[in-house]
Amino acid sequence: MRLIAQIGEWFDRRLQLAAPIREAAEHPVPRNTASWFYVFGSAALVVFLLQLVTGILLAMIYVPSAGEAWSSLQTLNHDVTLGWFIRALHGWGSNFMIAIVLIHMVQVFLFGAYKFPRELTWIIGVFLLLMTLGMAFSGQVLRFDQDAYWGLGIGASIASHVPIIGPAAVKLMLGGPIIAGATLSRFFALHVFVIPGMLIGFVCLHVLMVLKLGINEWPMPGRLVKRATYTSEYHELTKKDGAPFVPYAIWKDMFFAAFILVAVAACAVYFGPFGPTGRPDPTIIQTAPKPDYFFLWLYGLLSYLPPSMETPALLIGPVVVIAFLVLLPFLSGEGEKSWRRRPIAVLTVLLIAVILGTLTHLAGYTPWSPHMNAWSGDPVPAQFLRGTTALERQGALVFQVKQCRNCHSLGDKGGLRGPALDSVAVRLTEDQLIRQVIQGGGNMPAYGKNLSPAETTALVAFLETLHPAGQAPARDASRDTVLREDQEGRPSTQP
Amino acid sequence: MPNENTLSRRGLFMKLGILFNGLVAAALGVPILGFLLSSVTRGRANAYLSWVPLGPVSEFPEGETRLATFRNPNVMPTDGKTVDTACWVRRVEGEQFQVFAVNCAHLGCPVRWFPQSGLFMCPCHGGAYYRDGSRASGPPERGLFEYATKVQDGLVTIQAGELPTPGASAALVGKKPPCA
Repeated sequence: MRLIAQIGEWFDRRLQLAAPIREAAEHPVPRNTASWFYVFGSAALVVFLLQLVTGILLAMIYVPSAGEAWSSLQTLNHDVTLGWFIRALHGWGSNFMIAIVLIHMVQVFLFGAYKFPRELTWIIGVFLLLMTLGMAFSGQVLRFDQDAYWGLGIGASIASHVPIIGPAAVKLMLGGPIIAGATLSRFFALHVFVIPGMLIGFVCLHVLMVLKLGINEWPMPGRLVKRATYTSEYHELTKKDGAPFVPYAIWKDMFFAAFILVAVAACAVYFGPFGPTGRPDPTIIQTAPKPDYFFLWLYGLLSYLPPSMETPALLIGPVVVIAFLVLLPFLSGEGEKSWRRRPIAVLTVLLIAVILGTLTHLAGYTPWSPHMNAWSGDPVPAQFLRGTTALERQGALVFQVKQCRNCHSLGDKGGLRGPALDSVAVRLTEDQLIRQVIQGGGNMPAYGKNLSPAETTALVAFLETLHPAGQAPARDASRDTVLREDQEGRPSTQP
Repeated sequence: MPNENTLSRRGLFMKLGILFNGLVAAALGVPILGFLLSSVTRGRANAYLSWVPLGPVSEFPEGETRLATFRNPNVMPTDGKTVDTACWVRRVEGEQFQVFAVNCAHLGCPVRWFPQSGLFMCPCHGGAYYRDGSRASGPPERGLFEYATKVQDGLVTIQAGELPTPGASAALVGKKPPCA
């Protein structure tokens, strides 16, 4: 025992770290911050450490070359002992890290922790979030498969929208004129050296500031933050009602971090690694690329932006959002901290969560995309064909062969891009159907040049049969009048 | 000890040291920036573009649109399959060709050709284009990207070498959407 103490003393004489570490560990924190709400920051740090370790392990096998990356991932998945598990840990760790960072951010926002004097801690946190997202995107690129290849194309297309320097930005991002070897290598450098280096530096600053400024006290409704008095009030609080961080509060952090690691490992074992999907071969175009889970909302948003809004939204949107997040502690650096007295803050969080959740959900089944194989694969439901004439059946054939089904569903099968046509005859009269088919409009292409008059007649005859049994198809009243007048033999008013 | 004198000497060396390091940093910064930006500066004045053959004219029947592939003119040893590129070749009539990039003019996903309905459709966000490449519907702001084309020695040849993106790309002409 004495020998260990002596060795310890020998090291500390030279390192002189024992005292500051003990001071940091035992610094007093307000008792009510030893809460399960205060565990997300440390959990994010622990998952980040997991990412560092698994990332280094993967780098021992992975080959950052456009020609070999994909096969080196296959090697990891199938040949290297437990390679699949390390890949799965890294992939699931990435998802958990983004989720925990977002939850941490919401908690910090709702508890008013960004207010004086912790403004800079929040701002560095915003940069940490951006870097985490940067790691997620560049990591998806390193999984060099079809999704990664076309995802880079999407990234390049967005970058090209920047005025004046757009084309240069694309070449800088790709490392050349096309997505190729140089592209993968530079994303490797970003993912493995540049962003992790910055992350480590900023995480250290972030944690250091939490230690120096003290953890945010549990917000009490009505206890307002004032620049002049806050610091002394906080010290009063930690003196009167404080407890040393170790061991009073840290055990919850440790339990939660361990729980999260178990959850990551469980997901890794149960669901396995992510991909890689098909080979990154640009001549294989039968693919529908999709980003990873935490970018699905953006993928969804891009389909709903009208063409005229796209460039401004893509270029100004992120700037506004980041500027707002950075300026937030200066816009409301004082005052009420408790979420109970900040209804707008709570509603903002809920609104953003609902928007992101909805877009993510929609991007899960992409209702805006044509179903490429619906025309040849989905049968016309029998109820739409029963009792139909030869002409109407011919129309059903036209409906399938001309790929109408790729965008329009019948009996809940087919594309969702356009409206379902199960009861289209109730909505549109014969003339309106003909006009819509031939001229298109309302986001539908014009089929005038691709349908013969006979095909149009048959198609519209089929569409006219699409109405519920008890509901008559829409009719043009003026046409009835004309027909009746013709039958009664009255002379037309027109000469 | 003439303190003032020594101090100012040290101060001078300190300042000279900073200046010296600044000069070295600036001198090293030039090649570092030059290296970083080389993919941009090399691409000036369409240096990446060259004429690439797609195949004999007879491979493309008149009035039809076929998928063709070509190897990108700029190849590095580590590029693997990524330098093989697909494009849609439409032989309008005779020696008149239109060659479209597979990349959707919205965000670059690969569009597929449907001869029955005469439409290109994109699987990502539902952009659709007519057979001549003009925009039919969906989020794209413009028609498909079109390569400059010529027939040389019986071969359909295109000017290619850059990934077409919606931002200005000098060599690629695009169809504006028809008048609304």
